Amino acid sequence: MQVDPIHQFQINNLIPLATMGGHQFNFTNSALMMFIIVGLISTLLIGATMPRAVVPGRLQAIAEISYEFVANTVKSSAGTEGMKFFPFVFTLFMFVLFANLIGLIPYSFTVTSQLIVTASLALLVFVIVVGYGFWRNGLHFLNLFVPKGVPKAILPAIVIIEVLSFLSRPVSHSVRLFANMLAGHITLQVFAGFIIMLAGAGILGVFGAVLPFIMVVLLTALELLVAFLQAYVFAILTCIYLNDAIHPGH
Amino acid sequence: MSDARENGDRDKQQTNEAALSARLQRLNESLGHARTGRSSDDPGADRATNAAGYAKGFRLSSELVAGVVVGAGLGWLIDRLLGISPWGLIIFLLLGFAAGVLNVMRTAGVVAGTALDDSTRGNRNQ
Repeated sequence: MQVDPIHQFQINNLIPLATMGGHQFNFTNSALMMFIIVGLISTLLIGATMPRAVVPGRLQAIAEISYEFVANTVKSSAGTEGMKFFPFVFTLFMFVLFANLIGLIPYSFTVTSQLIVTASLALLVFVIVVGYGFWRNGLHFLNLFVPKGVPKAILPAIVIIEVLSFLSRPVSHSVRLFANMLAGHITLQVFAGFIIMLAGAGILGVFGAVLPFIMVVLLTALELLVAFLQAYVFAILTCIYLNDAIHPGH
Repeated sequence: MSDARENGDRDKQQTNEAALSARLQRLNESLGHARTGRSSDDPGADRATNAAGYAKGFRLSSELVAGVVVGAGLGWLIDRLLGISPWGLIIFLLLGFAAGVLNVMRTAGVVAGTALDDSTRGNRNQ
């Protein structure tokens, strides 16, 4: 029996919405998953904060811990002034975290394993950083590309390199999350496929299948860590980029 | 006579012990300083960088690749717009590589700059 490790990333059209200029617009399983994620986060957070208890219950504690966690991240990397971006960073963090975690459930769909989704999120951050940077600092924002104490002779080359380095941010920002999720899920699927193949190969194979099974259990634990870590890295990089918009040439 | 020698030995032993305990105390003190210094570091940054070397390695490699890819893409675009085919691609690929290396060194905290890493943040002008 063959297992196709790529099959889990397939986009299925659920409801056709419109046709525009020869392109079809559909409500896909990916879109459905995103609605589920947003619904789940909203229900959890709104429901958890409803009691407004002084001594938090379990759900309220989860909401408060996640709030404080992200708030500390924002404060430590973008300063107190960065707190005006807290709702944005918190939304990004929760969305990515839930997308990663829900993707680990068998037969579900991992939204963050689609490059277009992570690229959209990273570009959103990039546009906000550039827009806010120019709005707040005017042309001083361009100081970001002119490091101090560089000899005049090599300054043009350095500026071009700095600009390229800045432009490469959304690429690395999005590819990191996407590739981590993609690679992790393919690895899981391949090892799970080994179990089925070995178990189908007779009595000796059944004993052999124990090895990939242990591997899958360990990999699932690792993926759980990666799911959380990548959401955190995505959020902290957002904060660091926002910090550049708030304090350029700093 | 033997008494005197015994007394002398005991004194010597005591001074040795005193010196040893003093040294131990000093060692403890300096260790304590080192420990408090370490624990006062930003725990958030620690978590981000030390929790998994795997994540850090992946981060570094993606930074390098991103720099090269963006440089190549920009060079290709300039070639198409200005019609100076291979030169834009060649020059911007090299510049992109330089940008990628800069990204990696910043992420690793080797070079201070527009820090991608918490620990080097705010050192741009120093």
